[in-house]
Amino acid sequence: MRRALLSVAVVALVGAGAAWWLTAPDNLPASALDGVTGDAGRGQVLFAAAGCGSCHIAPGAEETDSPVLSGGRRFATQFGTFVAPNISPSPQGIGDWSDYQVVNAVMRGVDDEGRHLYPAFPWNAYNKATVQDVADIVAYIRTLPPSDAGSLPHELSFPFDIRQSLGGWKLLFEHRDWVLQGDLTPEQERGRYLVEALGHCGECHTPRNALGGLDRSAWLAGAPDPAGKGRVPNITPAGLDWSEDDIVTMLQSGFTPDYDVVGGEMAQVVRNTAQLSDEDRAAIAAYLKAVPPVESTAPQPGAGDSTAEEGTASDEGDS
Amino acid sequence: MHRLAKTTLLATALLLPAGVLLAQEADESPEDLAVEMRQGHMLNFAHNLMALGAMAQEKTAYDAATATAAAENLSHLAAIHWDYYWPEGTSNADRQDTGALPAIWENMDDFNAKHEALQQAVANLQTAAGTDLASLQGAMGDVGKACGGCHETYRAKEE
Ligand code: HEC
Ligand code: HEC
Ligand code: HEC
Repeated sequence: MRRALLSVAVVALVGAGAAWWLTAPDNLPASALDGVTGDAGRGQVLFAAAGCGSCHIAPGAEETDSPVLSGGRRFATQFGTFVAPNISPSPQGIGDWSDYQVVNAVMRGVDDEGRHLYPAFPWNAYNKATVQDVADIVAYIRTLPPSDAGSLPHELSFPFDIRQSLGGWKLLFEHRDWVLQGDLTPEQERGRYLVEALGHCGECHTPRNALGGLDRSAWLAGAPDPAGKGRVPNITPAGLDWSEDDIVTMLQSGFTPDYDVVGGEMAQVVRNTAQLSDEDRAAIAAYLKAVPPVESTAPQPGAGDSTAEEGTASDEGDS
Repeated sequence: MHRLAKTTLLATALLLPAGVLLAQEADESPEDLAVEMRQGHMLNFAHNLMALGAMAQEKTAYDAATATAAAENLSHLAAIHWDYYWPEGTSNADRQDTGALPAIWENMDDFNAKHEALQQAVANLQTAAGTDLASLQGAMGDVGKACGGCHETYRAKEE
């Protein structure tokens, strides 16, 4: 009896230890930045390509060449509301963090004290970026004005407010491999890097499962708009019949082939893609033409709603 | 087809006295009409930009007269007093057939400021369109920003 109890206890301990170990942060190797020097000049356009400002500039701030990354933007999700933190070069931001710590946050989703960061911060895309590019972005951020604004707490419901549980999320949903595999031209590869890594286009354009993980089988096939009503459109070839030229024009000016102008969060994305080179915009277009066409799923009713409708949608094959 | 219907409706609206139009559309509520009218109005913006865009992208040859005509249309369209397009109860929280976000009615002053920003951008376009291709290209970019600046905050994608 005592023996049995003891072994149960041992198993439980080992189990807890394993769970802790499994959910512990998986940091970049300590040597990741060896021989890497961030270049702030290169970092400026990479910062735009990665859209850091879209989230970390204070809401309503005027457009400027030296944005203040004081945070404060709110992101409503099914798990609660996230508030972007201050990442300006100040003690309230990342001023006291080492380059390694910031790069590790961006590429591994772990903060300076080793805590997991939520995937509302798209590290699950940036984990495919090169260390050099991220180091350049960090060098650029260090040239921007400091802000002493304190970061505001997220407003999350239990159990999503427990950061340690994100370790489990990472095990299930973190992907450091490319979605689009196979033989690609150098231009398509560049496009893949800009879309899947820096541009994190999939974070908005790909549907999520109930736990917020991206459904990579429906990559870029469109999703409900978390910012409110409406949908983020399907941009696979099944949903987007624009020419590569049309895509390039939109990424540069916002104009669609019908001379409508994209709005919502895509308007911010266009402010960023407008800063890229023509070659990079063309590479994004080439990549979008190369991803597998996926029919849009029916707009999903609010979480937990009727399964009947889902059944109908899959019965019909598409909608 | 739907787009065509809206454009036709708007063309009709501009030509006919309102009474005739309302009589024709007796089965539609004032709210239905407002939504169709404003969407048709937006399509007219887009339609006039198309000719300018083709020139700006050098897909058709630059022609000062054509460019000026389209820019003048845009400035007339942008100048219209459009309060009656936006009655209460016509956001996408109230109905399915619109992309207008409730934020419009929460920030009507800012929404109007965005409308004025468009009027300014279009006035600049009117001068630029007849000047030369490079001026047209520059001014088009600012018009796109004025359209997109409003859509960013006040319009969701319909689907
Ligand atoms: C889609 C919005 C979004 C984008 C884009 C984004 N971030 Fe963030 N970022 C967040 C949110 C939300 C958090 C808070 C995460 C948390 O608390 O777990 C965050 C956290 C961080 C942190 C940790 C700060 C801290 O105090 O813990 C750093 C560093 C950071 N972001 C840097 C960047 C950089 C650099 C980029 C561009 C390469 C970027 N972010 C792009 C939303 C974003
Ligand atoms: C923050 C969310 C977000 C991100 C990130 C994002 N998009 Fe979008 N995208 C949208 C929304 C919302 C729309 C609908 C805009 C509208 O029509 O008003 C859209 C529209 C589009 C369209 C037009 C589709 C159509 O049928 O009208 C294309 C093309 C597109 N996005 C490509 C991209 C690419 C490429 C990237 C990455 C560089 C990207 N998007 C990143 C939210 C996003
Ligand atoms: C002051 C705000 C504002 C400005 C400026 C603005 N729009 Fe719009 N636009 C809207 C709103 C709101 C809607 C959604 C209307 C609806 O669905 O009821 C819309 C819808 C549209 C549509 C879709 C119409 C449809 O078929 O449903 C097009 C096309 C469009 N706008 C083009 C433009 C263009 C081009 C410009 C610039 C020349 C422009 N808009 C400027 C607010 C604006």
